Amino acid sequence: MLEALDYPFFQRALAAGLLASLACGVVGTFVVVRRLASLSGGIAHAAFAGVGLGYLLGFDPLLGAAGVALLAGLGLSALSRRLQAAPDTLMAALWSLGMALGILFVSLTPGYAPDLMSYLFGSILLVTPLHVGFLGVLDGVILLGTLVFFRELRAVTFDEEFSRLMGLPVDALSNGLLALVSLAVVVLIRVVGVILVLALLTIPALVARQWTDRLAPMMALATLVGAVCTVSGLFLSYGLSTTWGLNVPTGPLVVLLAALVFALSTLARRGIERR
Amino acid sequence: MTPPIVEMEGVDLTLQGQTILQDVHLRVEPGDFLGILGPNGGGKSMLVKVMLGLVVPDRGSVRLFGRPPHQTRGRVGYVPQFAGFDRQYPISVLDTVLLGRLGRRRSFHSLGPDDKNLARRCLERMGLAELADRQIGRLSLGQLQRVLVARALAVEPEMLVLDEPTASLDPGGGADVYRILEELSKEMTILLVSHDLGVVSTLVSSVACVNQKLYYHGQANVSREVFDEAYGCPVGFVTHQHTHLVLEEHRHA
Repeated sequence: MLEALDYPFFQRALAAGLLASLACGVVGTFVVVRRLASLSGGIAHAAFAGVGLGYLLGFDPLLGAAGVALLAGLGLSALSRRLQAAPDTLMAALWSLGMALGILFVSLTPGYAPDLMSYLFGSILLVTPLHVGFLGVLDGVILLGTLVFFRELRAVTFDEEFSRLMGLPVDALSNGLLALVSLAVVVLIRVVGVILVLALLTIPALVARQWTDRLAPMMALATLVGAVCTVSGLFLSYGLSTTWGLNVPTGPLVVLLAALVFALSTLARRGIERR
Repeated sequence: MTPPIVEMEGVDLTLQGQTILQDVHLRVEPGDFLGILGPNGGGKSMLVKVMLGLVVPDRGSVRLFGRPPHQTRGRVGYVPQFAGFDRQYPISVLDTVLLGRLGRRRSFHSLGPDDKNLARRCLERMGLAELADRQIGRLSLGQLQRVLVARALAVEPEMLVLDEPTASLDPGGGADVYRILEELSKEMTILLVSHDLGVVSTLVSSVACVNQKLYYHGQANVSREVFDEAYGCPVGFVTHQHTHLVLEEHRHA
């Protein structure tokens, strides 16, 4: 099975998987502790409009996804502040609106959109060198932003009111956090697809939370869990294909593995606490 | 001349169509120990939030240290009535207290050993030194409340604002907090929100009674009439200095 590592496509897939793990570990931790899961789901599905727009106008759908994800993230935070509407409701609207626009754009595109499915369910094995580079840049931004503003982001996600009293630029920091979430969503769309983004953004961080009471170790541990799931998902998918001729997409396998790890981790935690 | 620490004039606040505060005037001078009293739902907490610039009033002016509240960040230590955060958040007691240093950093991003030492001293003062490394969700409610006081002290505030700081403490713990407040009142201006007339009146140098409107009395001896008007029914009254509280029979109309 290790001969897989000789194939350039597999190397790229591995790189993309590890980059995705870093994004889900770092940003997923904020998503879990700040309870931003449904907002992230909204951003991911809104981003599908960008994918469709890319197909229609002939530019890279992933760029479209990045643009729309950022717009959606920042727009949501501005809107919910101005309208004082429940962000929950706005998110639900955005969620379907993004999908509707995406489907509309794709159906208006002449001919057949060959890898549309890959944006819905991800296709890590088909990831291009260009996309690996792009994911690398996004990860760089996420990592840098988190490192530089770690203390501020922790303060704002922990206690917004007190942070405001201490003179932190709370609104700017919240927008920055949403931008990071949007970028992570784009990375994960490439790897597991729009529909499965939420799983990777939440499950590794949830597992990590079961084993640590601190934010930074939680990020590291969540990254590790994500890496274990994506790498073993890749090998599993490759093995199923070469051994039994079963063509199983990697994204769903990764998510299933993550769910399995979560179940095992929960059981182990319970066992320890009962003792 | 130093400006008053707090100066509120003609403040109106309406939230979702409900009048919370009406034409509130309030002045707090340096060194004051002011008790803000009033019935539950009378707007005490909102008065504090408006004062600190956390809630913007519909009308009226608010000045802190002679300036708009948002320009005076990091000079007030605030202990909210309810912790506005998730107790499951993965953060330690010490890091929570260190949040109080965020407003006082000299340079960007640097919290030095001085800050940590100060945070530890604040924890010590609140009797929590040995809990510094514990995750905040693993504290009792009373301990958590004292962490919030420690965090406010870590600000090295010019004014300390406490909103019902003993609401979730056991009686002994409450006495501790009040003893510490008595000490602190020699060092800084303190504003204590409470519905507990008895305790407050033994501590404070002046009181303000809030029930939508502000019934303010410069001294800590408040006449029956003022309370009657604020509460709409006789609750009791505060007398001078070595105070004892006289609880009267409630006669609801």
